[in-house]
Amino acid sequence: MSTQPHSHDLENLKSQHKVLAEYHFGLKPVERGYNHRTLYVNLSTNEIKEKPVSEDMRVKFTGGKGFGMKLLWDAVKDDTRWNDPENEINIATGPIGGNTNYPGSGKSLVVSLSPLTGIPIDSNVGGYFGPYLKFSGFDALEIQGKASDETIVYIDGDKGLVQILAAPGEAVDSHVVAEQLICMFAESEAGRRHVATVSAGRGSDHTFIGCLNFSLWDLRRKVARLKQAGRGGIGTVFRDKKLKALVVKFSGLAGDSNHPADLETLQKTGLKLHQEIIANDASQCRMREIGTAHLVEIMDAYDLLPTKNFKYGNHPDSPKINSHEIVKYITQGLPDGCWYGCTMACAKVADGFTLQTGPYAGQKVSVDGPEYETVGGCGSNCAIFDPAAIIETNFYCDTYGIDTISFGTLVAFLMECWENGILNKERTGGLDLTWGNWRDSMELLHQMARGEGFGLIAGKGVRQMKKYFAEHYGADPKFLQDIGCECKGLEYSQYVSKESLAQQGGYSMALKGPQHDEAWLIFMDMVNNQIPTFEDKAEALYYFPMFRTWFGLQGLCKLPWNDVEPPDNAETDEPAKVPEHVQNYVDIYNAITGLKLDKHELIRQSERVYNLQKVFSLRLGKGSREGDKPPYRMMGPVTVEEYESRQERYDLQLRDKVKVDPLGKSTLEKLQIMRQYREQQYEHLLDAVYKRKGWTREGVPTVEHLQKIGIAYPDVVAVVERHLR
Amino acid sequence: MKYLKTYEDRCIGCERCMSVCSLAFFKEDNPAKSAIQVVPKDGGGFKLVVCNQSYRNCVSECPTQAISISKQGVVLINKKLCVSCYSCVAACPIHAMMRHEGGLYPFKCVACGACAKECPADALEIVQEEHA
Repeated sequence: MSTQPHSHDLENLKSQHKVLAEYHFGLKPVERGYNHRTLYVNLSTNEIKEKPVSEDMRVKFTGGKGFGMKLLWDAVKDDTRWNDPENEINIATGPIGGNTNYPGSGKSLVVSLSPLTGIPIDSNVGGYFGPYLKFSGFDALEIQGKASDETIVYIDGDKGLVQILAAPGEAVDSHVVAEQLICMFAESEAGRRHVATVSAGRGSDHTFIGCLNFSLWDLRRKVARLKQAGRGGIGTVFRDKKLKALVVKFSGLAGDSNHPADLETLQKTGLKLHQEIIANDASQCRMREIGTAHLVEIMDAYDLLPTKNFKYGNHPDSPKINSHEIVKYITQGLPDGCWYGCTMACAKVADGFTLQTGPYAGQKVSVDGPEYETVGGCGSNCAIFDPAAIIETNFYCDTYGIDTISFGTLVAFLMECWENGILNKERTGGLDLTWGNWRDSMELLHQMARGEGFGLIAGKGVRQMKKYFAEHYGADPKFLQDIGCECKGLEYSQYVSKESLAQQGGYSMALKGPQHDEAWLIFMDMVNNQIPTFEDKAEALYYFPMFRTWFGLQGLCKLPWNDVEPPDNAETDEPAKVPEHVQNYVDIYNAITGLKLDKHELIRQSERVYNLQKVFSLRLGKGSREGDKPPYRMMGPVTVEEYESRQERYDLQLRDKVKVDPLGKSTLEKLQIMRQYREQQYEHLLDAVYKRKGWTREGVPTVEHLQKIGIAYPDVVAVVERHLR
Repeated sequence: MKYLKTYEDRCIGCERCMSVCSLAFFKEDNPAKSAIQVVPKDGGGFKLVVCNQSYRNCVSECPTQAISISKQGVVLINKKLCVSCYSCVAACPIHAMMRHEGGLYPFKCVACGACAKECPADALEIVQEEHA
């Protein structure tokens, strides 16, 4: 990333552009967080138009993921699949998004139908695109249709211009194309900060685990940095539409670009959190020093760091990849926020990293991350305990447009299949997928980018591979189901949930698939025992998914909510909710919009979008109770070796919880008794959570509930009525 | 390095410096808009809060590189680049990066010396030296 493209190369690339369609729009400032219009682009027909945001849409769906979900709901049919032209990629920040005062306020929310799950996926990502899009003039961007050739969509928020451009020349890999386009569309070197891109990579062309890279121009490093909308294969949809990139330019960012109703409250609340972060972060989460990778040793200590495909939660070699090792690669002392004004600054960078493999071998690059999820997924879960290998995987996943979480989880699955003889060199085309073999894991990644060999099979994700290995290699489908860590088709993110029933639910009931952004309850449940009963767990699995959904409606990051806490938080009534920070959110929402929200209405805003998303899955023929069940690996020990590795714990549980004497029983017998117990517990949990959410035992929102929360639209009600019959 | 040196033991708390400063930079006599703040101490005497141009946490914390150091060593804010996030305000260990209600941009002492000229107690002085 350190070598910028030459200007004559850029001229050459630009000269190959052909304007396929053009649209001029009136410049209009944002008022109280909204521009009150969205931008629609159809790549099949080259239609570009703006749509007004109705009062009903604003009130009911708020913004961000809510707008993305509603636009998608209106755009697709009941039988639309991810690669049908009517599928969309919708990008929006929210009303709070783009403010420069409150840390974590620059997120874009991306919504699409996922190739992995067939249902709506949503992904929350940093970088400058979403805020610049809104300040350019649009609360959301809706991209439908499929281009016939490589295409760029360019939005110029300074001039009021949208173009669809045929763009045959630019690279596909993100770290190259982002710099090409930022340098090409910026007026000057100083103006590069005003240009932001969205792109995928060659890996998105050939896999179902494609991600999107949202750029930010790094003033100090003078490189394009990349933040990922990772989950669910949106990069795959992007490339299927023959999109090479989205580009937005907006030069007018100011401290009041949202034109808030109450600037003073916004500024004061933001400043209060800045001060809290600067004062406390070093002794709390060390986000400013190392970002989310600080979690590695904590998870390892609590037996939660996924190791060998989630078999175990710690490993003697994990100190080799903990934050004290990763930090040696990370540049210190720079304001590494993914949006302006984020003093949490967790978007860390390994600068001057020399690549060892692949098409960019030998080049020195700046790599965003690695985040905790990447260390867990591409490191410990595959028994790879080499920071350089993890950073190399991180770099290539990003530039190829591949989700590090899905990649890590699927390689871990492959390595366990290898261990069990389901895979061998003949079947992998020569790859040796022994635990810890990072070079062959890297080669698999390069195959995904080239669209070759075993990479093509692996790139379809764990769910497809389970089927493939059973059909082609005669593997036991039950064993594959037990160890293949996906739910609804999406690979799990990187926490061991075996000992927390609430987290098993938090993962597996998550609407889009098992990502921890809906709920992370392991400490509340397993460590602190604050939610002992089914009702307690159900309440937590109601409140936290709703509360956390709200970040996605607003264009916010979750991290400044509870990855820093006021020093007196532990003495509050509900420390897990971080009450002072909840009030901050209420205050900044009201300050920007001029509305009078309280913390209860905040939950109601989420509940509308959450239930629309649930009904959306039902509408597409998914969303059943069966789909909310995890593979057993995420619930308990699958194998004898797993049981025996923690025999004392499990024997104790058999005695105390299951009321069965383990003495004299074989491990296999104990495994079966434990499994029956845990699966039963999970069914009870499903019942309790569905009830609390206002759903039937089958997980269908009732009409009364839809009426109560205000989304009983005829087409929404029609879907649930089909399922209630 | 050029900076405003303070002698707190000489300060009589008249706040003349605050008037001079706010008049010079905001064209109004308003203590909330002064880049030097006179704060009464518990038990008597006054604390003078003003940039000593030396910590410079604001420079490294600024996400837009709007804060730089002049040839004379004075920390300056370029409003054209500033997006008013106030990271700098929070980062200053001596609270010398200021903001005021109704304003967008942070502000600070630029060592112009106007206050020092007017101080009746000789509690302020522009100096060109390294900090001891």
